[in-house]
Amino acid sequence: MATPTLDKMEAAAAASPFITVTFRIRRFNPEISDESTWQDFQVEIDPKERVLDGLHKIKWDLDGTLTFRRSCAHGICGSDAMRINGKNRLACKTLIKDINPEKPITVEAIKGLTVMKDLVVDMEPFFQAYRDVMPFLVTKGNEPTRERLQSAEDRERFDDTTKCILCAACTSSCPVFWNDGQYFGPAAIVNAHRFIFDSRDEAGEQRLEILNDKDGVWRCRTTFNCTDACPRGIEVTKAIQEVKRALITRRF
Amino acid sequence: MSSDTSSARAIGDVEGVSLYDVENPAPYIEAPRKRTGKTPRSTRGNFEMAAWLFMRLSGIVLVVLVIGHLVIQLVLDGGVSKIGFAFVAGRWASPFWQVWDLLMLWLAMLHGANGLRTVINDYAERANTRLWLKGLLYTATVFTILLGTLVIFTFDPNIR
Ligand code: HEM
Ligand code: SF4
Ligand code: FES
Repeated sequence: MATPTLDKMEAAAAASPFITVTFRIRRFNPEISDESTWQDFQVEIDPKERVLDGLHKIKWDLDGTLTFRRSCAHGICGSDAMRINGKNRLACKTLIKDINPEKPITVEAIKGLTVMKDLVVDMEPFFQAYRDVMPFLVTKGNEPTRERLQSAEDRERFDDTTKCILCAACTSSCPVFWNDGQYFGPAAIVNAHRFIFDSRDEAGEQRLEILNDKDGVWRCRTTFNCTDACPRGIEVTKAIQEVKRALITRRF
Repeated sequence: MSSDTSSARAIGDVEGVSLYDVENPAPYIEAPRKRTGKTPRSTRGNFEMAAWLFMRLSGIVLVVLVIGHLVIQLVLDGGVSKIGFAFVAGRWASPFWQVWDLLMLWLAMLHGANGLRTVINDYAERANTRLWLKGLLYTATVFTILLGTLVIFTFDPNIR
């Protein structure tokens, strides 16, 4: 005969929200092998939790060598973009229940950048492209002694591209970038767009000229992978298209 | 996917002895044509913009030229079976069809060649492979355009 306490515990166990999820993670450790391998982990997890929580459980309870980047865990810092079930997403914004936990969930590093270990890639080429488009306000005058005023409409013009968190989900989803790292990539163009269409900025022409490069906007093939990948919902392909149009209309 | 799935750790070769360790890590697999601090070099200019515009403009014109061409050659007046020396000679007797075919030849060749140039730029990883493939492409393009143009202008309906 069970005690009331045990009964309660059994009932709680029956109603447990936890399910068993298989995480299939692409591991790479240059200190062990020059090849990557897929490793499966079984994790008890609430499907309302996120892939990042699953990775934490693995790292904290199962295998401390699992290496990945994350910082804010709330979709703001942009450090945990990874390829989850074949699609670039932020691990901290992807709920387990949304990606069919019945099947193994595959997690691998984003493509097109050199993998350093497990899910960590070398972001330097990505940030090099970012720096090359001069992602800062360029203007004259003796401000900042007073504000640089801007109308609501002028602010609205580039509102979408201000949301970028530099996670590289877009650039590393682009097939042109996969094959040729010389391409500036969607993220650099998004961040150039942020300033080109800012009424307070005066280096738009210069940035357009930078993106008129042979590896600039003209390499975009309008595949929309970047728009699909962006965790901030930025219309990346549209931004690229607007830069192309600005280049053509200023020239003609 | 399941074939390369393993729950074992990545242990080197058959012997179980790894070739790599902390002192001697495996070389990284660099991304193709990686950006470095030195890029971009002086690769700016309006050629890529012109090429991009040309693809779209020639595409629009080609819709008319190619569909018209296909309808005339394959649908109207009994379809393909009517095509013969006499049929071609009859059409090229008119300067209108000469210009039509000439335009179609040039636009389709330049459009197709530029399209393949893009494909080569995208997929041929090594600089040398790119050079040779593009050399081959440009040679074939120039040859076909010149030969086609020559035929249209020097066509002789009375040839035996
Ligand atoms: C019939 C009307 C046509 C239209 C509207 C058209 C349009 C286009 C456009 C807009 C592109 C650029 C795609 C991009 O930059 O992403 C393109 C690419 C291309 N076109 Fe055409 N085209 C036509 C006919 C042709 C013909 C007749 C040929 C062959 C001679 C051809 C061969 C190519 C090739 C090889 C590419 C590159 C493929 C790629 O970029 O993935 N096209 N076409
Ligand atoms: S545009 Fe979107 S996907 Fe690309 S880096 Fe910015 S936030 Fe990430
Ligand atoms: S951890 Fe900061 S964006 Fe996901």
